[in-house]
Amino acid sequence: MMEEMPHQHRTYHRSKTVVILFACILAFAGLMGRLVYLMVFQSEYYTMKAKELHERERSIKAARGRIIDANGKILADNKTVCTISVIHNQIQDPDRVVQVLCKELGLSEEYVRKRVEKYTSIEKIKSNVDKSTGDAIRAYDLAGVKVDEDYKRYYPYDSLGSKVLGFTGGDNQGIIGLEVIYEEYLQGEAGTILTVTDAKGVEVAEEGEERVEPVGGQDLYISMDMNIQSYATQLALQTMETKEADSVSILVMNPQNGEILAMVNVPEFNLNDPYALPEGEDEDSISAERKQEILNGVWRNGCINDTYEPGSTFKIITAAAGLESGSVKTTDTFSCPGFIMVEDRRIRCHKVGGHGAEDFVQGTMNSCNPVFITVGLRIGVERFYSYFRQFGLLDKTGIDLPGEAGTIMHNVENIGPVELATISFGQSFQITPIQLAVTASSIVNGGRRVTPHFGVKTVDSDGKNGHTFTYPVKDHVVSAETSETMRYILEQVVAEGSGKNGAVEGYKVGGKTATSQTLPRGSGRYIASFLGFAPADDPQVLAIAIINNPQGTYYGGQIAAPVVRQLFENILPYLEKMDYNKT
Amino acid sequence: MAQRNSSRRKQSNNENFMDYSLLFIVLFLLGFGLIMVYSTSSYEANLDLGDSAYYLKKQLFATILGLIAMIFVANIPYHFWERFAVLGYVVSVVLILLIIPFGHEAGGAKRWLYIGPLSLQPAEVAKLALILFLASMICTMGKQIRYSKGFWMVLFVPLPISLMLWKITENVSSAIIVMGIAVLMLFVACPDYKRFILLGVATLAAGAVAVFVVVQMAQSKAESLDFRGARILAWLDPEAYASGKGFQTLQALYAIGSGGVLGKGLGASMQKLGFLPEAQNDMIFSIICEELGLFGGFAVLIMFILLIWRMMVIANNAPDLFGALLVVGALGHIAIQVILNIAVVTNTIPNTGISLPFISYGGSSVMFLLIEMGLVLSVARGIRLKDL
Repeated sequence: MMEEMPHQHRTYHRSKTVVILFACILAFAGLMGRLVYLMVFQSEYYTMKAKELHERERSIKAARGRIIDANGKILADNKTVCTISVIHNQIQDPDRVVQVLCKELGLSEEYVRKRVEKYTSIEKIKSNVDKSTGDAIRAYDLAGVKVDEDYKRYYPYDSLGSKVLGFTGGDNQGIIGLEVIYEEYLQGEAGTILTVTDAKGVEVAEEGEERVEPVGGQDLYISMDMNIQSYATQLALQTMETKEADSVSILVMNPQNGEILAMVNVPEFNLNDPYALPEGEDEDSISAERKQEILNGVWRNGCINDTYEPGSTFKIITAAAGLESGSVKTTDTFSCPGFIMVEDRRIRCHKVGGHGAEDFVQGTMNSCNPVFITVGLRIGVERFYSYFRQFGLLDKTGIDLPGEAGTIMHNVENIGPVELATISFGQSFQITPIQLAVTASSIVNGGRRVTPHFGVKTVDSDGKNGHTFTYPVKDHVVSAETSETMRYILEQVVAEGSGKNGAVEGYKVGGKTATSQTLPRGSGRYIASFLGFAPADDPQVLAIAIINNPQGTYYGGQIAAPVVRQLFENILPYLEKMDYNKT
Repeated sequence: MAQRNSSRRKQSNNENFMDYSLLFIVLFLLGFGLIMVYSTSSYEANLDLGDSAYYLKKQLFATILGLIAMIFVANIPYHFWERFAVLGYVVSVVLILLIIPFGHEAGGAKRWLYIGPLSLQPAEVAKLALILFLASMICTMGKQIRYSKGFWMVLFVPLPISLMLWKITENVSSAIIVMGIAVLMLFVACPDYKRFILLGVATLAAGAVAVFVVVQMAQSKAESLDFRGARILAWLDPEAYASGKGFQTLQALYAIGSGGVLGKGLGASMQKLGFLPEAQNDMIFSIICEELGLFGGFAVLIMFILLIWRMMVIANNAPDLFGALLVVGALGHIAIQVILNIAVVTNTIPNTGISLPFISYGGSSVMFLLIEMGLVLSVARGIRLKDL
């Protein structure tokens, strides 16, 4: 019995331990299944997640495409700059590191030492360091000192064409101007360096790094001619100074194809320091909002972002509509007593005594308001409006710059005789200077509405691939005959009429002056402007000068026409040499 | 009786059984554990303490002490310890209570007592003491174990220790292990199955209800959830709690998943570089998987299955019930701890701090486990070879 008892015990003890073993094996099998699930089926997902966690991605900026003018001069370039940093736990000789960095970077020892001794994975000492300085530091071959190269946008001519070219932000992205519009061509594709790090962000050396090379952006070739642009800028600055004007804009374009040769809006700003406030503004005392507001004003391109009442230069459009519709012929005669009655309103001519008897050509030469009011009334609201549409005046020009302002025009149903009369001589509505330039271009170039533009083509960094831009042209906005008549009339304006200050010896120049009072009336603020083109019988260049709020004499014929004359005196021989005229 | 004594003497002289398979498995796991402790801890130890072998040295020291203790215990007939059963129980209770005034905190939990340079986890002492006490108690009870009074007695004895471990040291896993060991020993000692099936079903149901309640509470107002409630939510969706309770689990999953079938190679874990904090502790299995892949993970599990199988063989051939129960207790201890640890690491169950026997870093754990193995080897020595 004594021997049997334990045996009996053992039987069920044994089976129970076997049950436990099998229960354990079952549990282990379950866990193995779970491991298979995690390590085979979910492996890809977790590997990806872990990789994201372990890899520090540093992007390598792509070299941004350059902006190059009509003569191949580089207007926007990239400068290689260096960022100097120290990696704390790789430094072997901290004293020497401090000494070298102080000497090469011209920093105080206290500043450098604090950063060298700070326990961080990577500490930036100085960024935007010249490449030569960076190379010098690299030559010391100090352990723990890192020299990273980077690109920074650089504008060799500082403020030249600032409002056209635009600038880029910290991430090398266009902020205004052509830099924004051609972003997709200029930006290129950033590369990346993938570095494996531990949880504290320290590089794990043996893992090495993965590198994806950046692709440089395409160079942008533009129609702007640096020589014309800089001469026009000088002229505009000179005019702004002598006339004590608020601002001066000069726009030079090829009326045949819409290429813009120069677009000046002084005061310009320094593209290499675009966030500097104009003199007299105190950086510290104003709010960030106010500062942005001021900067937006500084960056504004008056030729396309702002509208104004064109005044008498608009008579070109009224004349073209009148001739095209047959409402007026060059030989029609008018009589100007110094005013004209429209309904019950007495609208004065700028010449108080009146121009007396004159034909339409003379009326244009005199810039006689009663003549144009009469023509405008003859055309009638509906027809005048349909010509606006036909000339493209009511649409935007489609220029390749951001923020083009639209035309501010009365609704057709609100135009009564008085409104029609004021529209006829360029008042009571607003257009942009570029709109006026393009519309005038299409009237004098034989009736082709061109699209104004800077962008000509892009070429990638190895010069093989690229893109040549084409722009829409709308034909027959006026007949060739009307266009020829308009060229003749406008040539007479400069030859013997109100625009004679725009005449250039040895060249046939056509043009029209304007003097418009800005709103509100009676403020004493005027805009003097002149639109000229040459040669008058086959226009190859068209220029507008707009002087905003000049002091003293404010007549366009007296102050704006000479600006265009000086411009033409210089650029017409130049353009001939440049073969612009031979096409 | 005289006949038995003489035969035992004869056996100890001539047919002295030493379970070399078991010894080999234990030594293999210890060696493997030391390599993995070094692999997982060296990078962080070098950064934080300037000595990449810091944890390895401490673990090696505890392992050597443990091996000496194991050899010592293995050479003493296991019945010698029976007289310390009650004392062991009392000492465990006292040690746990001592944590309240003298406990040392590490990793946010107060679980350690410092005796000179040595640190001691009373929970580890309690597990060993309880195995001894229960084995002795069940033997004394004899047939009473078959009746419900005896059944509940065995379950009641470990309860105070379990509750104290839970409440004082906030160590749920040790509390679960203590109860689990008791249930397994009772299961083997008692011929009944029905009660255990009911007990198992009731435990599962209680767990399911707890999870359900927590999820319901979370949907109404998440702030009122305590420590463990949040753990359950993090278990259900670790990525939603990636920066909090789910952090450790998620990092472990990244390690396991990124290991793939073949692993990244020994020493090549990325997750141990500070992403998975204290990788040498409870989560060491995830780094094993990351470095050695699915095969490495399976190899470890297979080694544990072999260990459990060897222990089962010893339990089934033990000279008496006391010896068998000692082995079953040690078996239960190791099996429960391995299963729970790997279940936690693979996010099969909610996260609770539990180490992987023989492999995880931890001096107390490895020392007391080796003492248990010494007991098992001692029981094995009592086996008559003709019974095998």
